[in-house]
This record gives sequence, C-alpha cells and structure tokens, in this order.
Amino acid sequence: MSHAASVHSLWTLAAAEAPKKIPAPHIEYAQLSPTLIVLGAAVLGVLVEAFLPRRARYHAQLLLTVVGLAAAFAAVVALAAGGYGSDKAHVAAMGAVAVDGPALFLQGIVLLVGLVAAFTFAERRLEPAANGRPVDSFAAQAATVPGGDAERKAVMAGLATTEVFPVMLFAVGGMLVFPAANDLLTLFVALEVFSLPLYVLCALARRQRLLSQESAVKYFLLGAFSSAFLLFGVALLYGYAGTVTYSGIAEVVGGTTRTVDPALAGTMGNDALLLIGGALVLMGLLFKVGAVPFHMWTPDVYQGAPTPVTGFMAAATKVAAFGALLRLLYVVLPGLRWDWRPVMWAVAIVTMLVGAIVAVTQTDVKRLLAYSSIAHAGFILAGVIATTPDGISSVLFYLGAYSFVTLGAFAVVTLVRDAGGEATHLTQWAGLGRRSPLVAAVFAVFLLAFAGIPLTSGFAGKFAVFKAAAQGGAAPLVIVGVLSSAIAAFFYIRVIVLMFFSEPRTEGPTVAVPSPLTSTAIAVGVAVTVLLGVAPQYFLDLAGQAGTFVR
Amino acid sequence: MENLIGLLVLVPLLGAGVLLCGGRRLDSSAPWIGTLLAALSFVIGAVLFAGMLGRDGEDRELGTTVFSWVPVGDFRADVGFQLDQLSMTFVLLITGVGSLIHLYSIGYMAHDERRRRFFGYLNLFLAAMLLLVVADNYLLLYVGWEGVGLASYLLIGFWQHKPSAATAAKKAFLVNRVGDVGLSIAIMLMFTTFGTFAFGPVLEGADRAGEGKLTAIGLVLLLAACGKSAQVPLQSWLGDAMEGPTPVSALIHAATMVTAGVYLITRSGAIFDGAPDAQTAVVTVGAVTLLFGAIVGCAKDDIKKALAGSTMSQIGYMILAAGLGPIGYAFAIMHLVTHGFFKAGLFLGAGSVMHGMNDEVDMRRYGGLRSYMPVTFVTFGLGYLAIIGFPGLSGFFSKDKIIEAAFAKGGTEGWILGGTALLGAAITAYYMTRVMILTFFGEKRWQPDAAGEPPHPHESPRTMTVPMIVLAFGSVFAGGLFSLNDAFLNWLEPVTGHAEGHSPVTAVQVTAATMVVLFVGVALAWAQYGRAPVPVTAPRGNVLVRAARRDLLQDDVNHIVLVRGGEHLTRSLVYLDHTVVDGVVNGTAASVGGLSGRMRRLQNGFARSYAVSMFGGAAVLVAATLLMRAV
Repeated sequence: MSHAASVHSLWTLAAAEAPKKIPAPHIEYAQLSPTLIVLGAAVLGVLVEAFLPRRARYHAQLLLTVVGLAAAFAAVVALAAGGYGSDKAHVAAMGAVAVDGPALFLQGIVLLVGLVAAFTFAERRLEPAANGRPVDSFAAQAATVPGGDAERKAVMAGLATTEVFPVMLFAVGGMLVFPAANDLLTLFVALEVFSLPLYVLCALARRQRLLSQESAVKYFLLGAFSSAFLLFGVALLYGYAGTVTYSGIAEVVGGTTRTVDPALAGTMGNDALLLIGGALVLMGLLFKVGAVPFHMWTPDVYQGAPTPVTGFMAAATKVAAFGALLRLLYVVLPGLRWDWRPVMWAVAIVTMLVGAIVAVTQTDVKRLLAYSSIAHAGFILAGVIATTPDGISSVLFYLGAYSFVTLGAFAVVTLVRDAGGEATHLTQWAGLGRRSPLVAAVFAVFLLAFAGIPLTSGFAGKFAVFKAAAQGGAAPLVIVGVLSSAIAAFFYIRVIVLMFFSEPRTEGPTVAVPSPLTSTAIAVGVAVTVLLGVAPQYFLDLAGQAGTFVR
Repeated sequence: MENLIGLLVLVPLLGAGVLLCGGRRLDSSAPWIGTLLAALSFVIGAVLFAGMLGRDGEDRELGTTVFSWVPVGDFRADVGFQLDQLSMTFVLLITGVGSLIHLYSIGYMAHDERRRRFFGYLNLFLAAMLLLVVADNYLLLYVGWEGVGLASYLLIGFWQHKPSAATAAKKAFLVNRVGDVGLSIAIMLMFTTFGTFAFGPVLEGADRAGEGKLTAIGLVLLLAACGKSAQVPLQSWLGDAMEGPTPVSALIHAATMVTAGVYLITRSGAIFDGAPDAQTAVVTVGAVTLLFGAIVGCAKDDIKKALAGSTMSQIGYMILAAGLGPIGYAFAIMHLVTHGFFKAGLFLGAGSVMHGMNDEVDMRRYGGLRSYMPVTFVTFGLGYLAIIGFPGLSGFFSKDKIIEAAFAKGGTEGWILGGTALLGAAITAYYMTRVMILTFFGEKRWQPDAAGEPPHPHESPRTMTVPMIVLAFGSVFAGGLFSLNDAFLNWLEPVTGHAEGHSPVTAVQVTAATMVVLFVGVALAWAQYGRAPVPVTAPRGNVLVRAARRDLLQDDVNHIVLVRGGEHLTRSLVYLDHTVVDGVVNGTAASVGGLSGRMRRLQNGFARSYAVSMFGGAAVLVAATLLMRAV
C-alpha cells in the first residue's frame, strides 16, 4: 500500500475490505480475582448505601467488607497455593498486571491489613452515643459545614457515614493493583484509585473536623502535585522506550531492543529521557512511602485524619507503595542500578536521620508515630537498595511486620480519650501505666517493636533488611541505620518511661473500653508482633520464596 | 553402676530442693530428712566403693556421659561423671564426714527456728561438693566449684542478723571470686590449648603442650586453689568464716570444701608435672601458708579461730605435698583424709564446748572442763594427739610422710621445705597444746555471759557426741590402716602415680626429728600455760603476738593494697565516666535535640512550602541522577 493510500485509509473504508475486528483482550479473571472481588464488594457497598434503609447499612456494610476482604484473601492464598507465586508466575491482563510472588505476598498483607483496619473503622463504643444510636469515629454527615446548623442536626440525629466502608474497599482495590502493576499506565491508574479514596477518608473525622479537612486538602494537593511528576516521568519514559510496559522498557534499557518506532525515532534511546523520567517516577513513589524530602505531608495528615484511617493508611499505603517501588527498581531499572543506587542511598540516609531526629521533639502521639513511620521508610529503603534476592524478601518481611505494629499502635491511640475525644498530647499519657497497665503494656510492646528490640517483629525485620543491605554492599547505610535506630529508641523508650514512671495527672484521660472489634485488632497486632519476633523463620522463608519478580 | 554416680549427686540435691521449697510443714522433720538423704548418699558411695574394690586396679575407673550440655557446632560440653580412686576417696570423705555432721547438727541446731533452711543448705553443699569431685571435665567441675562457693556463702552468713556474720559471708564470697576467676581463666586457656576441657584429653595431651602454656594454666589453677583452700594470699576469709554455725565450720571450713584446692591440683597433676615453675609456686604457697596459719593459730584466744589457723596450716601441708609432684600426691590426699577426721572432730568438740558454755568462744574464759564434759574431752583429746602427730595416731603417719617427701625433693629446696615442715610441726604442737590446756585443764576462769548468767557446763546430747566418737575413731586408726602395707599409696597409684624421691635423710631420722620438735612444742606450751596462771584478759604481748592476733595484718594489707587502691581506681573511673563518657553521651543527646528543634520548624503547616520542598527534592533527585551518569 502506498503512502497516500495508507493516509487515506485513516478516514475512509474501502468497500471491498471487511471491517477489521478489534481483538477482545484476553483477561485471566481467576488470576485477578482478589482485585475483582474487592472492587465488586465496593460497588455492592455503594448500592447498599443507595438502597438499604439507614438502620441496616452499618451491619450490611461491615459484613460485606469483611466477607469481601476475607474472600479476596482466600483467593490470594489459593493462587499462591496454585503455584502462581513461583513457577506459574506470569504477566496477566495483556501485560498490565503481574501475578507473581511479591505481588501475591503484598496483596495478602494489604488484605489482612484492610481486614483488621475494617474492625477499627467499625468501632462504635468509644464515642458517646448520639440520639440513642452508637456512632463511630467518622463525621455524622461529611458534607455539612463544621460548626454549622446542619452538622449539629446530623449529630443530634445520630447519623453515621457508613460510606467509609466502600470507600476503603476502593482504596484496597487500588492497593492490590499497585504493587502488581506491570506497565506505567496501570501503575498511575492504580495510584489514583487508591489515593482518591484516602483523601476522602482523611476528611471524615467526627471530632476536630477542621483539622481533618485541612489534612485532607493538603494531602490531596500534594498528592496531585506528586502525581503530576509521576505522570510526566511516565511520558518521558514512553518517549525513551516507545512502550509503557515494564518488560519493554527494561529491554530498551538493557540494549536488547527491537525495532525503533519511527514516530519516536527522535527520542528513543535517549538516556537523558530515561534518567529524568526514571527519577520522576521514583519521586512519585517516594512521596507515597513518605521518604525525605517528600515526607512533609505525613505528620500533618497522620495527625488530622481519623485515627483508624491513619492506621490503615500508614500500614497499607506503605506496603503497596514499596511493592511498586521494588518492582520498578528490580524489573524496569536494574540496568540502571549504577545510576539510581547512589541517589537512593542518599534518600535512605536522609530519611532515616530526619525521621529519627525530628521525632525526638514531638509532643503529639500521632505526629510522633508519623515521624517514626518516616524513619521506618528509611530502614526499608536500605533493604530495597540491597538489590539482592535477600533484599526483596527482607523488605517483604519488614512490610508485613511493620504494618501490624502500626495498625495496633494507632488502634491503642483511639482508646486513650478525654472529653474532647482522643487525648493525643504526650503529657496526657503520663502515668498511663499506673491506671491502665494492660493498655500501657500493649502500647509498650508496639513501641519496643518500633524500636527494634529483640523478641519483637521489629527486631527480626530490621535485622533482615540491615543484613541484606550489608551483604549488598551498603555497609555505611547499615551504620547510619543503626545510629538512627539508637536515636529513635530514645523517643520510643521515652514514651514508655512517661507511661510507667511518671505520676498520673489528676485530670488525665481515661482509657475507653472498646468493643471486641478494636480489641481483636489490637490483639492481632500484638500476636503478630510477638510471633514474628519469637519465631520469624517461617515467615522469613515464606518471604524468601515469594522474592522473585516475573518479567 | 555408672548410673549410681549421678544418683550420688542427685540425692542431696533433691534434699536441698525439697527442704528449701518445702515450706513450714517440713520444719520439724527437716533435720531428719536432710540427715537421712546425706546418709543415703553415703550408702550409695559405699556401694560404689565396694564395687570398685571388686575390680582390679586399672579397671576401677568408671565413666559415664549423661547428656550433652552445650553442643555448639564442633564444640561440645558434656555433663559426664568420672569415678576413679581419687574421686572415690573424696566421695567417702564428703558423704561420711558430711553425714556425721548432719547428725551432729540435729542437736546443735535444735533450737534454731530456721533449721529447715540450714539443712537445705547443708544438702546443697553436699551435692555441689560431690559434683565437684565426680565431674569428668573442668567445666562441670567449675559448676560444683561455684556451687560450694554459694553454699559456703549461705552457711557462713546463716545467722545473718549478726552484722559480723553477714560481713564474713560477703568477705568469703568476694575473696573466693578472685580464685574463681582464676579457674575460669584456666578453663579458657585449656580450651585454647587443647580444644577441650575434659580431664582425659587435657591431661593426656599435657606433655605435648608447651611448657609456657602449662605454666600459665598451672598458675591460674593455683590461684583458684588458693581461693578455695584459703592459702596465702587469699587466706583472709577463713578466720572470719568462723562466724557461721560450728557444724558448718567443721564440714566446710575444715573437712571438705577447703580441700577442693588440693583436689584440683592433684587432679591436674599432669599439668603441674610439665611445669616446674608452677610447681615451685605451689610448694612456696604451701610452705608460706603452713607457717602463716600456724603462727596465727598460736595467738588466737577464740577457740574456733585458733582451729581455723590450724586448718589453714594443715592445708598448707597438703598443698606443699601436692606441689612436690608424684612424690607427694598420695600423701597430700592421705593427710587430707586423716585431717578430715581429726579436724572435724576438733571442731565438733569446740562446738560442744561452746554449747555447754553459753556460746562463749574465748578460751581464756574456759578452763578445767575435762570433768564436766568427759566425752568431749576424750574425743577432743584424741583429735589433739592426732593433729600434733603423736606416734601411732592418724596425723603421725600422714604428716610424717609429707615431711619426708619434702626432704626428698632434694637439693637446697628440699632442705628448706623439709625444715619449714618440721618447724610447722613444732608450732602445731605448741598451739594445739595451748588450746587443750586452756580449755580442759587449769582452774575455772568462767565468766557470766552478757545476760549475767553464769555458765553451767554439761555434756552435749547423744546426737552430738556420737559423731564426735565416730570421728575420734577415725582420728586414731585411719592413718595406721592407710599405712598398713602402703595400702593407701597402692590404692591411689593408678591415678596419681608414685615416685620415690632421693631423700638426703632417712625415714628414721625424720621421725626422730619430728618427735623432738613435737616434744619441744608441747613442753613450751606447758611451761607457758600449764604451770603459770592464765590471765582472763589477754596480755598485750610483743609485736609478733599482736600482729598474729590481727592475722599477721592480712586485713590491713588488703585494706591498703586493694581497698584503697580500688577506691582510687573507682574514683578516677567515676570521674572519667562523669566527664568523658557522660559528656559525650549528653553532648550527643543535646545536639540531636537541638537539631530536632531546628528541623522541626521546617514543618510549618503550609502546603505551599511543602510543595516547594517537594519540587526542590525532585529537582535534586533528577540532577543527582543525571550527575551520576556524567561522573
């Protein structure tokens, strides 16, 4: 066909030629079932909001969420048992989604975290009942103006925002795809799918709504800003490789490329595009994990968001984002190891130090935990940088261990309350161990795990990542990591000292007695923390088996 | 048969557990439970002994490994037992004398409220001491070694309401720690040298190790022995340890525990044989302590402290003999056994006297007790004759042999050692005669006790006198029996070996010389205390007497050298800690805090400045990535 004819054929059809059929995409539904179940449950949840009477919604939503997440987790386990984590690992959905060990492992963690977080979302015994109805820690009616008449009426009526459950399910759905995304567009879509619900959730606190809304707006603005960088990076990488699939880009980077796309002849193979694009995509992911200097949203958002949301976000976002980061660095950019490793070294070091140092002077429990999460992001980065199979498995293990400690710690924070809601200022926690020894002891366990004291999961995780980093040739990183851990130990232990060795304040907060929901969440947190600390080997092995990416 | 060895240790250990954890219910039956279990372990020992006699000399050793205690890679530390003739001798001594002292304690401690605990501790001591002698490696021996240290601490301080007893217990514990460190270093050295610390490989491999290493191991072993056996320079705790109940002094500080050092050196004979310098150190320590203890014993008015000085001196004899090598090992052990009989008997006698005299211990306030306490007098007297080496009694045979062996060392060294041993025999005769006369002869110098109650001396109950009588039999006959056809020598020879020295003097000459010095010592004491009246308050005495009363200034020396030096060291370390260490730590903390406060201000709450920092961060990230490529 001549050139003219081909141009012509763009808008005309030769009568003789039958219209070409667009081939239907081949989708492996069974292998994508975890995501599909969760998103399906979310859609059902929206329908529940629309069609069920108000009274029935809470129980229906809770049931739907729990069943959906549990079913999705069962699907993950079934896939893993079916060998999709190891020898049957492959790329599904026309190259968009990977089904392999790391993806299944992280999806499993996200689902468990979501399940436990759903319990804390559903807690209705901490807030005093309104109009005879038990209410949770979410705004009565999110659309009302804080302090306005409408809000007062909604509170008086005992309304509740049961939409949080489907919203959370959407976020979980995005998080399931994020670490499995095998092309840059899927990555971006997944990012937005899980970010937008989180922005909404952050704005839904029942108390201190202005603070909550402020945090949501900040998170949204900065999140959008970073998404822009990421998207720009995606564009540049497309310009470099002529494709957005991970394996395609990796081939171009590795020099085993196919023919050059004539439309991109001017840019393909241009290393500047690759380096800038790679750095920008990295930046978008580093924002999500809360690495310095993209961390500044963390303390404000963690503090303002409803505490159950903070716990969920702190745990699950980190899991999903580190999963995506690992895949990007290990699948797309391994050929660029010598370019990104020094940069990531610097990011890891700064993240560990800044997180630990700034936490020292914090006076609010939630902000303290936020900075602690920044420091932990640094520790995990140390494992990411190892670029060895041990590095992958140690990061996987660390994420599992860390997310349950975080969930549990924030769940405890919801219990310590005074008349104004949660009492998060540290001075209010003085002497807690005298009045509520059990709660204080449980929180102490979580703090010790954060600090990485042996016999807690924190130690096993830290040991694994530092060992991997040292063997991967990043010994200086390990030294900085240990020093930061020492600094971090100071403020964790300080809280313990405050709880157990200070005189209780006369008008101090009380510890609310939670329903079995939050109790279960905390108990699971303690159990996992101790189990992974005392007998980590089984889970280390599990993470080790799950440590190979598919290409 | 092998399994019985473990039982030997377990029986008293079980007793300790039952008595210490049993609670008040056992208070009344505790003395009998403890005594029966001690006796049971003696029976087990006797059965083992009978079995051993039924086999030939070379086949007599029994060994068994119970379980692997510390298996780490190639490294293995086993819990294993070994029972040879040397261990067997100790087992019989420990369980035999131990059972008698348990029996004695039933009467002696009858009025003590905490006697359940007391018997628990006694059983614990027996278990630890038995473990020490039947262990088949140095590490397990160390467990027993520490165990007897613990039991000794608990028993010396048993009357903890008395500050002096608590202090004495602490002192004994601390001084013993010094020796224990020696033993632990010895074990580490053995491990680096031989790769194991089981007796068999270590002792068989000793001749292949260098002399330097053997000397080092020997010297630290000697340090350990000095601590446990109260030898100079670690002797200071023994006198104070007399604060414990008298049966304890008899069991631990006369008959058994203090002999652990002799056991250690004899057991490690192969190491010392290969290290002549270490052997010289051993005999020097033995000779010095022999005189030291004897001189201290002369000046003490406290009957138990006089006996404690005597114990130190007699163990000096044993250490001296053990340092002589194969010439002396068997005699060291033989003297150890006979000493176990007569010194335990003497201590029990002293306890009996105190029992009748309102717990008075000052011999200057005794006098003329022979008619009031006939059994005590006779048994104590037989012990006295034995210890001074009266012909025909136990001490005569064993001590005489040591003096002979000392001469047989040969050369100038032999003359010095032999002379010292002879001199020691003279002093022994002097101070023991002094004790005897002051206590049982002369006029009554009794004084009312603190409550104004005059003493009413009386014979002790049957449970106390029976053990004294049995021990007196041992004091009289043991030496003779052992020497019959060199029975004891032949018995031990498979373990310790034996060599005849080349003595410059004949055995007859030595015996004659011993008799002469014995007579001189007794006569001197008689002249001083028997003929002249004894003042109730001690005269001031000359410089030597005053020094001897203060234990030859041992505590003053320790105070000046160790306490003062230690205080200075501590003060300088504290200063260093405050200024340098704390300075660095606090400085770091302060600078981290300051940095934190400053960095915190960057977090100003404005989304715009957060965005700027993100933008800057992205720019740096991109620039750095590009720069990496450019470099």
